[in-house]
Amino acid sequence: MRKMKKYLAAAMSAAMVAGLAVVPAQAEEAAGSVYYLNFKPEQAEQWEALAETYTEETGVPVTVVTAASGTYESQLKSEMAKEEAPTLFQVNGPVGLATWKDYCYDLKDSEIYSYLKSDDFALKDGDSVLGIAYVIETYGIIYNKALLADYCALDGAVISDASEITNFETLKAVADDIQARKDELGVLGAFTSAGMDSSSDWRFKTHLANLPIYYEYQADGIDSTDAIKGTYLDNYKAVWDMYITDATCEPTMIASMTAEDAAAEFALGEAVFYQNGTWEYGNITGNEVADEDLGMLPIYIGVEGEENQGLCTGSENYWCVNAKASEEDIQATLDFMAWVVSSDEGRSSLAFDMGFATPFTTFTEEYQAENPLLDAANEYIDAGKTSVAWCFTTMPSEEWKNGVGSALLEYAQGTGEWDGVVTAFVDGWAAEVAATAE
Amino acid sequence: MNNRSMKKYGPIFLLPTMIAFTIGFIAPFILGVYLSFCEFTTVTDARFVGLKNYIRFWNDPSDVFLHSLWFTALFTIVTVLLINVIGFAVALALTKKIKGTNLFRTVFFMPNLIGGIVLGYVWQLLLNGILAQFGRNLKYSSVYGFIGLVILMCWQQIGYMMIIYISGIQNIPGELIEAAKIDGASPRQILKNVTIPMVMPSITICTFLTLTNSFKLFDQNLALTDGDPSKMSEMLALNIYNTFYGRNGWEGVGQAKAVIFFLLVAAIALVQNYLTRSKEVQQ
Repeated sequence: MRKMKKYLAAAMSAAMVAGLAVVPAQAEEAAGSVYYLNFKPEQAEQWEALAETYTEETGVPVTVVTAASGTYESQLKSEMAKEEAPTLFQVNGPVGLATWKDYCYDLKDSEIYSYLKSDDFALKDGDSVLGIAYVIETYGIIYNKALLADYCALDGAVISDASEITNFETLKAVADDIQARKDELGVLGAFTSAGMDSSSDWRFKTHLANLPIYYEYQADGIDSTDAIKGTYLDNYKAVWDMYITDATCEPTMIASMTAEDAAAEFALGEAVFYQNGTWEYGNITGNEVADEDLGMLPIYIGVEGEENQGLCTGSENYWCVNAKASEEDIQATLDFMAWVVSSDEGRSSLAFDMGFATPFTTFTEEYQAENPLLDAANEYIDAGKTSVAWCFTTMPSEEWKNGVGSALLEYAQGTGEWDGVVTAFVDGWAAEVAATAE
Repeated sequence: MNNRSMKKYGPIFLLPTMIAFTIGFIAPFILGVYLSFCEFTTVTDARFVGLKNYIRFWNDPSDVFLHSLWFTALFTIVTVLLINVIGFAVALALTKKIKGTNLFRTVFFMPNLIGGIVLGYVWQLLLNGILAQFGRNLKYSSVYGFIGLVILMCWQQIGYMMIIYISGIQNIPGELIEAAKIDGASPRQILKNVTIPMVMPSITICTFLTLTNSFKLFDQNLALTDGDPSKMSEMLALNIYNTFYGRNGWEGVGQAKAVIFFLLVAAIALVQNYLTRSKEVQQ
């Protein structure tokens, strides 16, 4: 018995020591591998399926990890610190690039860069190409054609056809009238709830804020600035006022309204207008609103000559290759990227499964995404309207967006003044530029 | 096993724990302090910049750190008092001979088993549902956020502290109470002069736990209010988190704040420990 105890003790301590000594025994990979940290949770499954197809075809292992909504930057920071860091990652534009510049491989000579339609879709630093946009997106005011037609048929409607909405004045008149006659129309409000929950507040603090910034840049002939003047903030206020008063809920309630709330209201036909973009198609299709009833209007803010304004088109999804990865991994990643945009499997996955409009020459006629919102966007371009650029990629920091968002919320629920928004917008900009430049 | 072999083999048995403690605590702690003197994007390529982060922290006019500090301090005072008083009262009630004490103990303890983020979202739904009747919501004003956080924290922690108090109360020798009764002490006098002094060790533990938990509160704050409106309900831990991720190039400042935060929590916990320890009595 005593002997047995001894053996038992010996065995247990051996197990303990062995447990400590387990070193991950990994076979050296000869060909390199790909690790993609994906930004878009909407397309997580499609990316995984595509990666699997690639591995089956070439034997190169591809790992796809998708960050949860709103946590990309934090996940990227921690993943990049690991030994097995992502070889392919995303930045959201010039400001994001500033953080990750040292990690970006120069894509100047890459195959994927040769497929890019124009340099407008690349992030450049001097001569080097550090990021390549892989999806072009468009946002505006999505509207329910059927409901708007119902409204036009009412007695004394402000307009008789949706095409008459070509400026802010008309849009506001229509929204006010729909709001006043919402019971007649059977809706809860003209606009969906302007939710300021973090799942939805970017629609206003980032996307809507883009318009006053865009027009200021236009007026001053610049494409970024260290000190915004806020020339068009009164217009911003007018639009925001409309969003919160002609809406499905009271302005005091918007703090807790989420993106899902707004999407559901629109998809169920409870609201006529919904500010969002082409990526939202998957979320609203298949409900009360038929695909052919989906239309998009430019976000008019009441600027001179806005009849010619189109939708807001741009990208905040740029692919970057990790320059600190091993040679083999970089090569494997470049091959994977080229395959994604040039092979049949890759193209059909991007165009049809993910529903992306891409800036690559390889996406010919037969590889165009089927998305009524993209069609609406193309109609504006074909009609010769001027697309609004995505200037929000030049916003100085997340902190700035949060400041504007908080001020918008306080103003909306009546606990703050509009001056707070102006301060956050103008003074906050300068302060954040200074803070991040230190 | 005699003392000699205990001394001989003790370190071997301690080794796994010590290694785990070093990997899981000491190493990250040292790295964290080091990083507060660095500029970095990822923690692996840090560049030493001396006290720059601390200076930037001191000079940042947009920072609400001080507000967060007062908000957190007030929150801590309120919750420590409420949780311990209510927890102790419940423990007293559930050590009396009433039917179903075990069931009650389990029910009270259960909330502690739910994760903070989940709890935060559940309570957000509940509280917003009530506030909606008045056309308000949790993020309307920091007062709502504060009260919401207090309710949530009490709900979660009372059961846990109750369990500790129950074990303390049950450990009081029956003779002591009996002797006090024979001497003609009233229930109130027994509570004041026998029970409370005897459970002083439990009080030390419970105040320590609630104090540090409240001060370091993060998940619940993030899920319930996320600092809204305008960061007015942002507590210290969340403030540090937002500094770390909110601006490019400010990771080090977030780290510097975390070091200051650590010193603060450590100082408060030590003072508390000293104060309550000194009141403990020997059995």
